[in-house]
Amino acid sequence: MATKNAEAIAAANKKYEWGFATDIEQDFAPKGLSEDTVRYISAKKGEPEWMLDWRLKAYRMWLELEAPDWAKLNVPPIDYQDAYYYAEPKVKPTLASLDELDPEIRRTYEKLGIPIEEQKVLAGVEGARKVAVDAVFDSVSVATTFRKELEAAGVIFRSISEAIREYPDLVRRWLGKVVPQRDNYFATLNSAVFSDGTFVYIPEGVRCPMELSTYFRINAENTGQFERTLIVADKGSYVSYLEGCTAPMRDENQLHAAVVELVALDDAEIKYSTVQNWYPGDENGLGGIYNFVTKRALCQGRNSKVSWTQVETGSAVTWKYPSCVLAGDGSVGEFYSVAVTNNLQQADTGTKMIHLGKNTRSTIVSKGISAGRSDNTYRGLVRVAPTAESVRNFTQCDSLLLGDQCGAHTVPYIEVRNPTATIEHEATTSKISDDQMFYATQRGLDQEAAVALIVNGFAREVLQQLPMEFAVEAQKLLGISLEGSVG
Amino acid sequence: MLEINNLHAEVDGKPILNGLSLSVNAGEVHAIMGPNGAGKSTLAYVLGGRPGYDVTGGSVTLDGADLLEMEPHERAAAGLFLGFQYPVEIPGVSNVQFLREAANAQRAARGEPALSGADFLRLAKAQAEGLSMSMDMMKRPVNVGFSGGEKKRAEMVQMGILDPKLAILDETDSGLDIDALRIVGDGIERIMRKPDRAVILITHYQRLLDHVRPDQVHILSAGRIVRSGGPELAHALEREGYAALGLEDARS
Repeated sequence: MATKNAEAIAAANKKYEWGFATDIEQDFAPKGLSEDTVRYISAKKGEPEWMLDWRLKAYRMWLELEAPDWAKLNVPPIDYQDAYYYAEPKVKPTLASLDELDPEIRRTYEKLGIPIEEQKVLAGVEGARKVAVDAVFDSVSVATTFRKELEAAGVIFRSISEAIREYPDLVRRWLGKVVPQRDNYFATLNSAVFSDGTFVYIPEGVRCPMELSTYFRINAENTGQFERTLIVADKGSYVSYLEGCTAPMRDENQLHAAVVELVALDDAEIKYSTVQNWYPGDENGLGGIYNFVTKRALCQGRNSKVSWTQVETGSAVTWKYPSCVLAGDGSVGEFYSVAVTNNLQQADTGTKMIHLGKNTRSTIVSKGISAGRSDNTYRGLVRVAPTAESVRNFTQCDSLLLGDQCGAHTVPYIEVRNPTATIEHEATTSKISDDQMFYATQRGLDQEAAVALIVNGFAREVLQQLPMEFAVEAQKLLGISLEGSVG
Repeated sequence: MLEINNLHAEVDGKPILNGLSLSVNAGEVHAIMGPNGAGKSTLAYVLGGRPGYDVTGGSVTLDGADLLEMEPHERAAAGLFLGFQYPVEIPGVSNVQFLREAANAQRAARGEPALSGADFLRLAKAQAEGLSMSMDMMKRPVNVGFSGGEKKRAEMVQMGILDPKLAILDETDSGLDIDALRIVGDGIERIMRKPDRAVILITHYQRLLDHVRPDQVHILSAGRIVRSGGPELAHALEREGYAALGLEDARS
């Protein structure tokens, strides 16, 4: 049936070139959200009692909360009882090698265009650049590679379900410490029903020997995705983490409410890169993912550093503010963002830099690109606490408009309670000029290639923050996302 | 190579070209001069296919192919290069990236294999050196922060890399000091003075023509070519001005 769907959908809309569905029989949780659903998920994962209690506590909190409405987003009411909260592939093996992976899933990855280098890694080619892929297919990790090498370095890289069973003390110590259960409507929902996700622990003084990469993918129709990611970088450690998403296309809106928590202790550094390409809906705004994500880092240690880089091209609705709480003296937070909206997409995204420690620094570079009839909002908060001496922040928000029916909005909040702070904010709004288009086309580029080139130039400052594995894919994505937006 | 026959064109409903005819053969250099507002830049844009420059009559062929039927990028792939009077800045895109993509897009359109990164860099380096431009400049964003003279030299580097059949150079000499003028003039000679190439130089001044000797000089006025001759026509113009030839500055 899913294959038929895929054909019908592909015929209906060829624009979304990675729109396809995979035929994997699903094991569903009962439809709708209740304590029973929460218990089902917890039992399915063989969780200890403390985890179930934690989930149930969140569920009860969630019942008392209301969905936020302050963002510049127009989202129809979501019927939480009309969705499934858990799905897993029928076969649930823990694989020794990727050859054992379901060929259907392998094909899916190929269509997703996982970079050649990583395919080599997946195929186990000797000497291939080491990128560990913890493949999250729907809700359950079905393949984890390079575990041994990482373990030799003392790095723990697990699905969060495994980590809850194998490293309960470590998970329990940090889970919910950066994004508390009650943090916000969607984070609370996630706390109750998170299906799977990733746990990373880098021990003291360890530089993670490879970039860690996880591909998330929504696969089951009507299945909300509730990923939970927790990364803890102990003193003096370093890790670079890549998160990439594409999704098959769907007629109905799908809710995606992930939570990502990062903790950096003294002198630790975490680089977190995202390419987000969930299905954005068609030209008329039909379908597409609702992406309500809570991402936050706690720079707890002295001189710790967290750098968020995101390329957001997908989703019908994006609500996402990867943030840094700069608690440790001398800690550094960075946020580099490219957000593209086309057709009827809506994005309200930005960051929060909360300066608590002395001599903390933050950099925000946001590039918003709007096309079609879309709306693209940068919303950012820079807060300097009374205790935070000698804080520095630099914020740059640039918006690029394609056409005259889209919107770009910049909403900076600056709250400074210490007079020693230095805060800079720059913002620009521009359009791709006729001069630029004619110049580029006269040199031989067609309209779409010209737009892609100019947009990539506009976003360059952010794209160059991405690891090589992602940079190329991200550049292509910008072009693909804007196809049909000119001419 | 290029046959323009009774070309009419308008911008915002205002007729600018009014029955312009011109024939340029392979191996030739033509200069087009004329008072401000005569339609010189409009002619360049119309030949390049700029949106908003609407052809209302006449025909243009390049090597027998109907140029007016083609999109701007198709005209480029067919061998047409426009040297811009005001080269455009593209922030964040290096000259190297821009030109490699452009060159390979043209090659793909012509069914030729793409240039490898190494081959392209060799070509870019050679062309940049030919116009006294450093590779450091080639790695900077297209025209961003370039002086007027640097932009014009960069245009000629682009021409050298893209290797067109026909170059239409719109006031490429404006904003150049004497040394830069010589470098640009030598560049045009080196790149384009070949039996299967042709150049149309749009200029106000004789001085470029000292470096790039034209085979024919045309005077454009009110959207038509009103006089054609050899190099001596440009000299006469330089000495006596348009008024002596009975031509007014259309904008004055």
